[in-house]
Amino acid sequence: MRPAGRGELDSLYFDYPHFDAPEARDHLSAPADVAICGAGPVGMAAALTLAQQGIRSVLLERKSTFNDGSRAICVSRSSFHTLQTLGAEKRFVEKSLPWVSGRSFFRGKQILEFFMADSNHDKYRPMYNLEQQYIEAFLYEAVAASDLIDMRWQSDVTAITDNADGVTLSVTDPNGSYGISARWLLAADGARSAIRTMRSHRLKGQNYEGRYVIADIRLKRDCKVERFALFDPDCRPGGTVLVHQQPDNVWRIDYQLRDGETEEDALKEASIRESIAGMLGEIGFDEPWELEWWSIYSANTLLLDEYRDGRIFFIGDSAHIVPIFGVRGLNNGISDAQNIGWKLALVLQGEANEKLLDSYTPERRGATLDVFANASKSARFMTPHSRGWSVLRDAALSLALDHPFAGEFANPRNMTPYTYGDSPVTRADSDAFASGPEPGAAALNVRLDNHFLLDLFGHGFTVLHFGPLAHPEQVAGALPGVTFVEQPADGTAAQRYDANSGTAYLIRPDGHVAARWKQAESATIAATLRQMLDGKVSGND
Amino acid sequence: MTEKTLEDVYAALADGIDAAGQDKEAMFLSKVVLLLANEISDPERVLELITDAQKNMDGMRRG
Repeated sequence: MRPAGRGELDSLYFDYPHFDAPEARDHLSAPADVAICGAGPVGMAAALTLAQQGIRSVLLERKSTFNDGSRAICVSRSSFHTLQTLGAEKRFVEKSLPWVSGRSFFRGKQILEFFMADSNHDKYRPMYNLEQQYIEAFLYEAVAASDLIDMRWQSDVTAITDNADGVTLSVTDPNGSYGISARWLLAADGARSAIRTMRSHRLKGQNYEGRYVIADIRLKRDCKVERFALFDPDCRPGGTVLVHQQPDNVWRIDYQLRDGETEEDALKEASIRESIAGMLGEIGFDEPWELEWWSIYSANTLLLDEYRDGRIFFIGDSAHIVPIFGVRGLNNGISDAQNIGWKLALVLQGEANEKLLDSYTPERRGATLDVFANASKSARFMTPHSRGWSVLRDAALSLALDHPFAGEFANPRNMTPYTYGDSPVTRADSDAFASGPEPGAAALNVRLDNHFLLDLFGHGFTVLHFGPLAHPEQVAGALPGVTFVEQPADGTAAQRYDANSGTAYLIRPDGHVAARWKQAESATIAATLRQMLDGKVSGND
Repeated sequence: MTEKTLEDVYAALADGIDAAGQDKEAMFLSKVVLLLANEISDPERVLELITDAQKNMDGMRRG
């Protein structure tokens, strides 16, 4: 929503482009390998992942422009690595605001300062703030530059039917209607997914009490970028307020609705302005400000039982809705897109068995459940659902005024990449490693002389080996396009990977470790890679 | 499984209060304190901590 007199897209800082529906009509029904429904950040990340692997896609978006408000604003380090893999990170790095820490206050007194994990070996900071319109605009620049992505705006998918070799979609745009068949469909059409409804699937889970208003204001103030959380501030007695800084002097303010406060009242412009004015006074922001945009959300944990339905895969919010506290909605969705993207590409290229696709649900649903576990902890602190949890929060906050340990209960602990430990395509260790990224975990970055280790990884699989590896052609024989990265057996990387001469890690296209050996042989790596492509890695050998 | 942390204690106390019900929650919490006090066998320290706990007795206001 926007202030009276301003249209939905009438932003103080962002000029919305307008995109027309396709003019040329004769090619629209040409069969596609992959159709993607929804060109938000997740749909575009999926199209870019496929394009990078040489796979064409048709990307269908109902709207004529980018998201109407800033919405998802926190982009994590792991998403930056994905963006780098897609060759799209530059604009994000230039525009977004990195941050590593935050502070929490109880009745105006600081009770916690937290720092997210960040070391000299990390190329990217733990978190970056960027309005969703920019996230979409920057991804769209990469989409528009790709010959392999057929982007169609104002194109609404109105029906789906299964056919012998995929699905047939009915598409309507302002210039007409047509059918298009696709071997695979990625449903990236968001929390209210029409595809999900058409296929009669339902999200299941919990709706936590606690509704939040999110509002953006423009206010010029030079200060460190960090997250503020206010518990029980005078402006919202009994409530919590979160503050994030965004580019273009835009600030995001989240605050909880009071018990008995209706959405209708809370969303009135006058109440939004009053709440924000009170909050700004309390944190000492005395600069003039303008109201930009506002919306409302509740803290839900909802997901599908199965992310695949025949030739359809659900990615992003169509498959799962996570509470905002963990800042995982966008980042989790981008990981979904990358995960299904490389697997689908290998299947379409004839390099992998369709069974590889069965690993998508357990891996990504597992990641969502992990987000739920963490977010639920935060939600139980931010919006206690029972007397017991309210009493404990009161106890923790009041203790935290004098005892720093109690402030840690307010630590949001957001974001660590999920480990695909139980995946059918992760090979459990048969060798003893004391440290290093375990099978299923995201590969660790290492600062080298003039670059970082992850910069050396390929777009396909990578074999990271320490000291020479004999007969690499055996691995290349199992799958073309494998990248080999050699590191000295006595260097920094070897320390971080608990490696000695002969150790090797097999890294997936999404940067997760598939397998590792203390003493690797190319024939063993090749055999494991083949098993992965067949969709099932056997137990320890 | 992961090792137990203060978070787990926090959760067990919260769930314990809910399980005890409002009229018995004070008794439940008192029992926890007496058990802990007996366990650490340092009554002077326990008395100091009880004094600490009496400070800042205002929690969140009810919104």
